[in-house]
Amino acid sequence: MQGAGHAVCLGPDIDTDQVIAGRYLRTKDHSIWVSHVFEDLDPALAGRLKGAVIVAGKNFGCGSSREQAAIALRESGVAAVIAPGFARIFFRNAINVGLPAIESNLACIEGEHVRFDLAAGWVEAGGSRYPIRPLSPRMREILAAGGLVSYWRSHQ
Amino acid sequence: MSTLSERILGASAGEYVDRKVDRAYVHDGTGVLTLETWKQMGAERLCDLPQLYVLFDHIVPANNSTTATLQHELREFACGSFLHFSDIGSGICHQLMSEGIVLPGEVVVGADSHSCTPGAFGAFATGVGATDMAAIWLTGETWFRVPDTIGIHLSGSLQGGAEAKDLALTYVSRLGMDGGTYCALEFIGESTQSFGMDERLTLCNLSVETGAKTGMFYADDVTVRYLAAAGQKAGHQVPEPCTYSRELEFELADIVPMVAVSPRVDTVKPVRDLAGLSLDQVFIGTCTNGRYSDLARLAKIVKGRKVAVRTIVVPASRAVLAEAIRTGILSDIVEAGCTIGTPGCGPCLGAHMGVLGEGEVCLSTANRNFKNRMGVGGEIYLSSVATAAVSALTGEITEPEGD
Ligand code: SF4
Repeated sequence: MQGAGHAVCLGPDIDTDQVIAGRYLRTKDHSIWVSHVFEDLDPALAGRLKGAVIVAGKNFGCGSSREQAAIALRESGVAAVIAPGFARIFFRNAINVGLPAIESNLACIEGEHVRFDLAAGWVEAGGSRYPIRPLSPRMREILAAGGLVSYWRSHQ
Repeated sequence: MSTLSERILGASAGEYVDRKVDRAYVHDGTGVLTLETWKQMGAERLCDLPQLYVLFDHIVPANNSTTATLQHELREFACGSFLHFSDIGSGICHQLMSEGIVLPGEVVVGADSHSCTPGAFGAFATGVGATDMAAIWLTGETWFRVPDTIGIHLSGSLQGGAEAKDLALTYVSRLGMDGGTYCALEFIGESTQSFGMDERLTLCNLSVETGAKTGMFYADDVTVRYLAAAGQKAGHQVPEPCTYSRELEFELADIVPMVAVSPRVDTVKPVRDLAGLSLDQVFIGTCTNGRYSDLARLAKIVKGRKVAVRTIVVPASRAVLAEAIRTGILSDIVEAGCTIGTPGCGPCLGAHMGVLGEGEVCLSTANRNFKNRMGVGGEIYLSSVATAAVSALTGEITEPEGD
């Protein structure tokens, strides 16, 4: 799987309450999560997510298990999230909804063009390539299928 | 020679396993998305392998008609499909699973991050998201990476006003918010026996605040007696020598009352350093500290006195509330001026019944103090029940003295 986008830089330990606040969870209307994504962190972020690659600090997605966080990012048009490490529930959720969560140590420059190739195992920014930590074979299959829903639809 | 996780999952740390799930639970929040996703998977029948539970606790009773409609659909589905269902007011999902349902050695998965809580029974209990849960509804199993384990050695005994929550905040600050990521925490050592089930549940509850997959105690006499009182038979789990990826030692006599400072759970300071900080609200409850023994400690402190600040008390379950009524401690709490909420999560997630206003400060016995979690512009400090109780009486952060 390959992809690219402009870098949006975020700090460490961004919890899922900051991705989408608890007060917006009780709905099936996914567009509500898109319009309020990162509202408590920086309301200006929402407008910059289309076609973006989020490059975050360590422990991205910690806290609540709310899958709406991963869905909000995917539906806002985020191509991938790159971080040195993810909280484990967010990591599973992201792959399950078809959003690449890539473990790599990347210095982030806002707006810079970032490319990634999961099969080849690298991310590229500012002319340098950085290795990524490989996904488990099962996670690769799920991501390749576009998420766990399509994975199971094709496995039944 | 294996860690408890390795024993239960039947493989070594680092290996990936597909494992049948013994119990799987969702709540009124995550259940909605689980049901929607399960339907999208094209499933017609629920898998009959694991015991499946739908437990309403997060926004109970519903705060508006949108929530009520979502709850209505999930309730109809749960009852129509013969899932184990508990309606509003029954209690917090993790607490209900801990009142004689989860047994030692089981694999338990909840669609909520604090599903690590029933690890206190010697179960492998962990949280997943809604899509993983939908796949469990479909297949009865899920995959795990068998975690490395961090051994938390406990020795000595707690002194003065310190309680299990203070130890929990101390280990979270020592490990940091990602110090336990992808690991299991095992609480070991002689002193584990001095902790009752309520305290073990508190200690395991905060394990996810270090990023850990679960927190676990080996089932011992305390576990077996607690489960017997709930009508369940269980055996002991004897620890064997095993390899921990990391070991931390805690001398319990050194633990002092602690507060986690807004907005990070791992920014922890002794209560005395924050003494005098003025409060707008005190909240006692949640899956961390809303059990009977917690309410009993609160009652003992506030009995015959009056709180100086608005104080919301939410029992973790109906059983806890009923016991507090039966023993009379609920009157002590109410007469001291506290407000009692419906058993459930209360204002913990910032959705209803006790959210904070702009600039307000709350001292809470919960497990998370993230920015805006309990209301936009509000600040949350986390403490033990004793600290919250004495602080409610003064209206400012105050150090508890102990017996
Ligand atoms: S009490 Fe708070 S932390 Fe516990 S399950 Fe409910 S919302 Fe989550």
